[in-house]
Amino acid sequence: MLMRRNPQLNANGELIHLLSIEGLPRAVIHQILDTAGTFLSVNDREVKKVPLLRGKSVFNLFFENSTRTRTTFEIAAKRLSADVINLDIARSSTAKGESLLDTIANLSAMHADMFVVRHSESGAPYLIAQHCAPHVHVVNAGDGRHAHPTQGLLDMYTIRHFKKDFTNLTVAIVGDIVHSRVARSDIHALSILGVPEIRAVGPKTLVPGDLREMGVRVCHDMREGVRDADVIIMLRLQNERMSGAMLPSAGEFFKHYGLTEDKLALAKPDCIVMHPGPINRGVEIDSSVADGSHSVILPQVTFGIAVRMAVMSIIAGNEA
Amino acid sequence: MKILIQNGRVIDPASGRDERADLAIANGRIVTIGSVSADFEADRTIDAQGLVVAPGLVDLAARLREPGHEHEGMLESELNAAAAGGVTSLVCPPDTDPALDEPGLVEMLKFRARKLSLCRLFPLGALTRGLAGEALTEMAELTEAGCVGFSQADSPITDTLVLQRALQYASTYGYTVWLRPQDPWLGKGVAASGAVATRLGLSGVPVSAETIALHTIFELMRVTGARVHLCRLSSATGVKLLRAAKAEGLKVTADVSINSLHLTDVDIGFFNPAMRITPPLRQQADRDALRAGLADGTIDALVSDHTPVDEDMKNLPFGEAEPGATGLELLLSLALKWGEQQGLGLAAALARVTSEPVRVLGDAVGSLSSSAGRLVEGGVADVCVFDPEAQWSVTPEVLCSQGKHTPFAFEATGMALPGRVHATLVAGTVAFQAQHAQR
Repeated sequence: MLMRRNPQLNANGELIHLLSIEGLPRAVIHQILDTAGTFLSVNDREVKKVPLLRGKSVFNLFFENSTRTRTTFEIAAKRLSADVINLDIARSSTAKGESLLDTIANLSAMHADMFVVRHSESGAPYLIAQHCAPHVHVVNAGDGRHAHPTQGLLDMYTIRHFKKDFTNLTVAIVGDIVHSRVARSDIHALSILGVPEIRAVGPKTLVPGDLREMGVRVCHDMREGVRDADVIIMLRLQNERMSGAMLPSAGEFFKHYGLTEDKLALAKPDCIVMHPGPINRGVEIDSSVADGSHSVILPQVTFGIAVRMAVMSIIAGNEA
Repeated sequence: MKILIQNGRVIDPASGRDERADLAIANGRIVTIGSVSADFEADRTIDAQGLVVAPGLVDLAARLREPGHEHEGMLESELNAAAAGGVTSLVCPPDTDPALDEPGLVEMLKFRARKLSLCRLFPLGALTRGLAGEALTEMAELTEAGCVGFSQADSPITDTLVLQRALQYASTYGYTVWLRPQDPWLGKGVAASGAVATRLGLSGVPVSAETIALHTIFELMRVTGARVHLCRLSSATGVKLLRAAKAEGLKVTADVSINSLHLTDVDIGFFNPAMRITPPLRQQADRDALRAGLADGTIDALVSDHTPVDEDMKNLPFGEAEPGATGLELLLSLALKWGEQQGLGLAAALARVTSEPVRVLGDAVGSLSSSAGRLVEGGVADVCVFDPEAQWSVTPEVLCSQGKHTPFAFEATGMALPGRVHATLVAGTVAFQAQHAQR
């Protein structure tokens, strides 16, 4: 079979959409992180705006609800001087039976320049990128279990900020990995950036053995998983997984896989603790750890805006 | 109507005949194979110089989408597609809307197909009413109406007691039960479990979804003595279990689809919805085992699993896209391609789409069982004339089927397919003649 060109890169290898971290050249990731660094200072200014996307229309298309991610994209776009239109599609047109591609065609006719897409189905942003007008850029803001590339990039920014070098790190990702688009994006990014040991930690229902095919070390014992780690990324446990066939209870999960002070003590002394938010205190992470000196959960949020500004400004500057 | 097919290379896989010969056809039957006497006055002569004259293809799995899904395929367009693909007999599964669970529906379908006289149609009846897996259908009545077996299509019976009783009842009358081995619970994903599904974040269907169902079916066959045809095998372990079941003497046959024979999950690429297929495409080792299993006769037949899908139902995110691909017009080419890649002769490749599927059908097709899928003097004149050397590109414009989606589209693969049909005869009348072949 003929392999198509990676749809997020143009013929020159430049980023025109951000759909997944998988397959991104290392240099492109560093370019995004470097650009994000320059935007961090914008966020500290009194006038928090740069004119890079002035006159451009960014449509936030959220087929699945997420106030937090949508808000950070909205802030990022506004700080780039774009006009932002938020569409909560979960409750509008698709509920009336309009197909995804009809929705996209209609919004394209309103002269959108960029779609920020959140969808419950893996791969939906690819379909949109393949069918929208050539000048429109697509940013994946989370699709099914597949990818959440801006979260992955802001996690990389955070790690680079605190650890400087990726090539000597041990990173443990803990929790519901099988259903997590954040975990997949982190794993791809860490691999591309040369992290030698990536661990996936959790019970077999949430961390099945075939995750090894992504190049991670699978650990079903939390203590083994976090031992000597430089970075621990805790994932949010979705409510619907807390009782049923995946897990018997949130309490039993916390007892074995929740991050507590005593488990954190097994990691490196300068270990950082990350979480994509929103956190479930007492389910995947103890409050004292979430608020403790190792936690970088709030800096992640700040970096997230700069990283999203970087992504949007870079892809808007590249032509299909 | 008398037809003379001249100067072709006549291949009959069942008898081993492979020679340059003429074929004389009169009153729907083959009168002579070899040298036709000069006083045979043909109404129509087909010059088969440089072409192969083979039995018409027999496809054990093609959805015609009638009744109920007329927007996705119509009897006429899909039977035209069959004729254009050299297919002269096809078996259609009962997953129409309503399901084929009433003799009247089957009679109507048979009647309409007969009027079109493009292809012989052999429906499978629903094994349970509405395919709901609860109450048995009137199998004897449905057989009288023209059903050649009974099937659940892609809706497995969840209640094992109902499955056992369905097999017991069918075996009372000697009917064959056609089952796709799929555990209803483990089979819920949208792609085969493995590296690709894990990476793309697609819910997986493990091999155990197939093997658990196979173990259940084989055990119930032992208990009930039923004859079962397994539809769309997809895994290497499945082929192994089938081989053991045959060695044990169970009355079991099986088929594989053109998709599973040629593709793997890697072909999903960047969520290409054309690759959304049931059963899901598995890995290289599975594909290799299916190809070897078809070559050594463990798997009896190759099928198109033709499923026309509407544009709107395919242009969706991968997991929401309707499974299925068009196939009737690709069956011959993909059989030839497989045969060539396996190093088999033309006759061996053709056997899997002609004589072998007829053997699977057995007595269910009555007197046709001794002449369909073959070229024999005195037998029915179901014939496919094709050019084995010609290549063609699969594009939406060239397909007669209303289903335009196929993983083998030239746009996606950049590859042409071997084998081009020149003429198709059903019961001695020309059902299809390619434009380029008309003189």
